[in-house]
Amino acid sequence: MTFSTVNRDDLKAFIEWFGGNNVLTGDTIDEEYAHDELKTVHRRPDALLKATDEAAIRRLLAYANERGIPVTVRGSGTGLVGACVPVEGGVVLDMTPMNKILDLDKDNLTLDVEPGVLLLDIAEHVEKEGLFYAPDPGEKTATIGGNIATNAGGMRAVKYGVTRDWVLGLRVVLADGTAMDLGGKVVKNSSGYSLKDLIVGSEGTLAVIVKATLKLIPAPAKAISLLMPFSSREAALVAAPKLIAHTTLPTAVEFMEQDMWKYSESFLGKNIPHDEHAAYLLATYDATTEGAVDEIVECASAFAVDKLDAHDVYLIDTDDRKQSVWNARGAFLEAVKASTTEIDECDVVLPRSQLPGYLSFIQDLSESTDLRIPYFGHVGDGNLHIYLCRDDLDEATWKEKTAIAFDAMYEEAAKCQGLVSGEHGIGYAKKTYLRRHSDARQLELMEAVKTAFDPKGILNPKKIL
Amino acid sequence: MKILTCIKQVPASSNVDVDPETGVLIRDGKNVKMNPYDLYALETAYLLKARSGAHVHTVTMGPPSAADVLREALMMGSDGATLLSDPRFAGADVLATAYALSQMLRRIGFDLIICGKQTTDGDTAQVGPEIAEFLDVPHVSYVRDVDLRDDKTLRIRTVDDRHEDVLDIKLPCLITVDKDANTPRLPSFKRKRSTRDIRIETWTLDDLSDKEATHYGLRGSPTQVESIFPPERQATGRIHSNLENPGKTLFDILVEQKWLRGD
Repeated sequence: MTFSTVNRDDLKAFIEWFGGNNVLTGDTIDEEYAHDELKTVHRRPDALLKATDEAAIRRLLAYANERGIPVTVRGSGTGLVGACVPVEGGVVLDMTPMNKILDLDKDNLTLDVEPGVLLLDIAEHVEKEGLFYAPDPGEKTATIGGNIATNAGGMRAVKYGVTRDWVLGLRVVLADGTAMDLGGKVVKNSSGYSLKDLIVGSEGTLAVIVKATLKLIPAPAKAISLLMPFSSREAALVAAPKLIAHTTLPTAVEFMEQDMWKYSESFLGKNIPHDEHAAYLLATYDATTEGAVDEIVECASAFAVDKLDAHDVYLIDTDDRKQSVWNARGAFLEAVKASTTEIDECDVVLPRSQLPGYLSFIQDLSESTDLRIPYFGHVGDGNLHIYLCRDDLDEATWKEKTAIAFDAMYEEAAKCQGLVSGEHGIGYAKKTYLRRHSDARQLELMEAVKTAFDPKGILNPKKIL
Repeated sequence: MKILTCIKQVPASSNVDVDPETGVLIRDGKNVKMNPYDLYALETAYLLKARSGAHVHTVTMGPPSAADVLREALMMGSDGATLLSDPRFAGADVLATAYALSQMLRRIGFDLIICGKQTTDGDTAQVGPEIAEFLDVPHVSYVRDVDLRDDKTLRIRTVDDRHEDVLDIKLPCLITVDKDANTPRLPSFKRKRSTRDIRIETWTLDDLSDKEATHYGLRGSPTQVESIFPPERQATGRIHSNLENPGKTLFDILVEQKWLRGD
């Protein structure tokens, strides 16, 4: 498909709808808009538009659809698969200025937000009202629009699910400029195909989200984390599913080996307690009363020590303790990035029971390719984060080795009944692997969905499929 | 070697209730935690214990609910704990607190006393040094590192804003440990089990050698609180620069904050 580039007349129209300050071209566009956080995909847009309101977006899309100008929607740019990069040029529509929290409805327990609201602002806004928006992706400066577009997961997925489970309604603008409401402030919905759920996770390829209605629940009274050291990777990974199945569901179960703590410690310049063990589970429990949390923690600790061979169970119960351990956990990605010259990543998701075998395979792969491959995982939901580190490899060797490693990793994941991405999405970087490991008929259906929503293919072209 | 560590239960948030008559903090045992500085003091004691086989005994003064922080210390590495609790100690200022604690510590006996540099509720950093003065033993504040030079001498490194000192100090003595001196360990479930049967004794004024009640609590405190009030909050400012139309921006802000009507 050939697209039109943005010309002078187009710009004149954009300026009329968005205002002169909100339309940028050429060198006035910050380099940041040509890539995402991982910088593996690169292309500058012809024009950058700062989203102001729904009316302007409707006019833009109707016009771009007519003219065949690609429109790539962007939030904070914290993605890792190049989804927000305008690989076909055209317009990048920056949604971050549309950042108003519109309405907190305490009767229906919903929060209406514009797509540019940051995750950290949502947490702050609802928590002071004693309410809780449960999805907890690590990147708190991501926008809610971006989270919805990738169906972001995060740390609390084990108990509370992922972003999709917390989006009740969406207002979207279709490729031809039509606006519509999907879902709504309802708890149940069996009214035909769930178009809302198709938009969630569609990475800007089906429609532009201009408003979201999020689900809230009363906030848990307290959350306590437990740090459980194990003598080996296998022991920790075998323990994880048993811990999850035991009486009370944890909100999160994270897995890490000693090397990840060490990366974090050297990156943050701060040690975490008890960093001398081979492998760890870090589990969090919450409940609606403090007494209930204490009881759950006691029970889980006894189970881990008596039945799962945990070396001990350490209590992370105060803000200071949470900070010392969770800040180190939260810094893993940045710490790995700081340890090398360049990284690439893979976020396959597997059935939990397959994790020990899969990570042994990764160890072998690291040796056979002579690549440093640190990893950690949300073992509670089977989602791994695996990093390839370039270190001092030259460009050609790096490209060659990453290709070999990625091919092998996705191949093995498929054998283990795993999927290409747990929470980062497909974007541009993982397309090959989605195609390779999906059923042909399924891909046809996906293509048909794309065409139904966006027949001319102007929305975020060349992504996902 | 016998190490005594002094710890305190403090409010876990800055929203605290104050008795309007006495100006004294109301401590009801709810939403409380161990004073964060004490975690570094305890870790210092446990590291010395690991090297020398010392016995670590932990004490606190406070309401009966303060026994919780002693239980936590047992979960972290203390071998024993004693609570000093008596309504007659209520309202003690730093001097009366240090006096009561010194009476208790003398009776328990020690080679080394370790305190946190300060607490996050009082913030005076005086109780540790005052205990040492009452007990007439040498003391050093702002301690970062401690090691045993021989069985009668400690080698200590202290750091303040301007300089660093390495000192030798004879036992018995008292040190107060600064924040970030080490990485405090977390409470352990295995230790919770193994220390479950350790009884935490509660001592009252009757267990101290000076039994004169007017030497303790509010009556034994030279500090008299005249009034207490929360500090005024600084209004947060916004800076707008390089504006095309500063007058319009100001007008819009005043409308937004409902000082003016926009129509």
